[in-house]
Amino acid sequence: MKRDDIIEYSLGAEHSEEAGKAIRKKIWFVTAILSVVTVLEVLLGVYWTSMGLEWWVVKFAFIGLTVLKAGYIVMVFMHLGDERKMFKYFILLPYAVFILYLLYLLFTEAVFLSEVLT
Amino acid sequence: MAGEVTKIIDQKTLWGGGRSPFSVSYGKMMMWFFLISDALTFGGLLASLGFMKHKYVDVWPVSEQIFTHFPFTHAHLPLLYVAFMTFILIVSSVTMVLAVEAGHRKDRKNVTFWLFLTVIGGAIFLGSQAWEWSTFIAGPDGMISTWADNATLTQNFYGRGFTADNPILAPVQYSQFFFFVTGFHGTHVLSGVVINLIILIGVMQGKYEKVGHYEMVEKVGLYWHFIDLVWVFVFTFYYLV
Repeated sequence: MKRDDIIEYSLGAEHSEEAGKAIRKKIWFVTAILSVVTVLEVLLGVYWTSMGLEWWVVKFAFIGLTVLKAGYIVMVFMHLGDERKMFKYFILLPYAVFILYLLYLLFTEAVFLSEVLT
Repeated sequence: MAGEVTKIIDQKTLWGGGRSPFSVSYGKMMMWFFLISDALTFGGLLASLGFMKHKYVDVWPVSEQIFTHFPFTHAHLPLLYVAFMTFILIVSSVTMVLAVEAGHRKDRKNVTFWLFLTVIGGAIFLGSQAWEWSTFIAGPDGMISTWADNATLTQNFYGRGFTADNPILAPVQYSQFFFFVTGFHGTHVLSGVVINLIILIGVMQGKYEKVGHYEMVEKVGLYWHFIDLVWVFVFTFYYLV
């Protein structure tokens, strides 16, 4: 049954053939970035000891590269970058606040426990 | 007696229709809400994985020493197979976003093509995960191999402090987290493949042409990208860090 009291479709989501070409170009560009970052991560994971890097540097490099990948997926592939600014905050901020607080609590406790255990 | 309740407010302020909040359709916004709740579950799981890792920091295994197997070969190839799985999932995410793009142009043929490839990619990922689980449980040579060749639920020889003189076993949480996190993610992939398949059949039947838009492809696309997103984090926090 078709209901006309609900707006089913987001405004301006359709685009023409030419606009599609530009969007596809962007998609392939992001694909290249994601692939290169994955290859980098694997190389770093396998060779970091022979490169003489410190573990904490490698670890934060991994986390940084992951957040970069996640950003491209959410903003381009999930089109969150094309939504209203308030919608972006509305989706991302509560989540970020909650998870960062959880991580803070858990890591504080974990470091304490590992000291007690050893 | 006219108070706040009886005051006339114009339709625009009340959202009496005309435009939706944030200019996002109802279905898409609800999909985002669902994804946030799902992301909280995965976030909680990965955060507790981090907790265990730091609690047992001296004995926690190094994943690149465990995941060294590759199908059809006995070569020592650390992380290569899981990198392949990551790549498959990223590629299937790309085909999904291309299906969404084709949907915006109402190009039914291209939507079918890219959505079909997405389903195939998801199926390859599921097969890879089945292979990885069985290898992790039984070792690359099957049941007759020595158990020390791999990590099992009860035995784990790959703790950071492990030497022949100091045979510390890694905590069982390592393999428990492996099965729970990848299993929970794998369940999402399975349901994603099934949902994509249902939508693909709808596209082929011309269902969305009748409705006038391909927003359903966009909505399942959000879910599928989310699965890819979660895997990116699982890959880092389980296999790399």
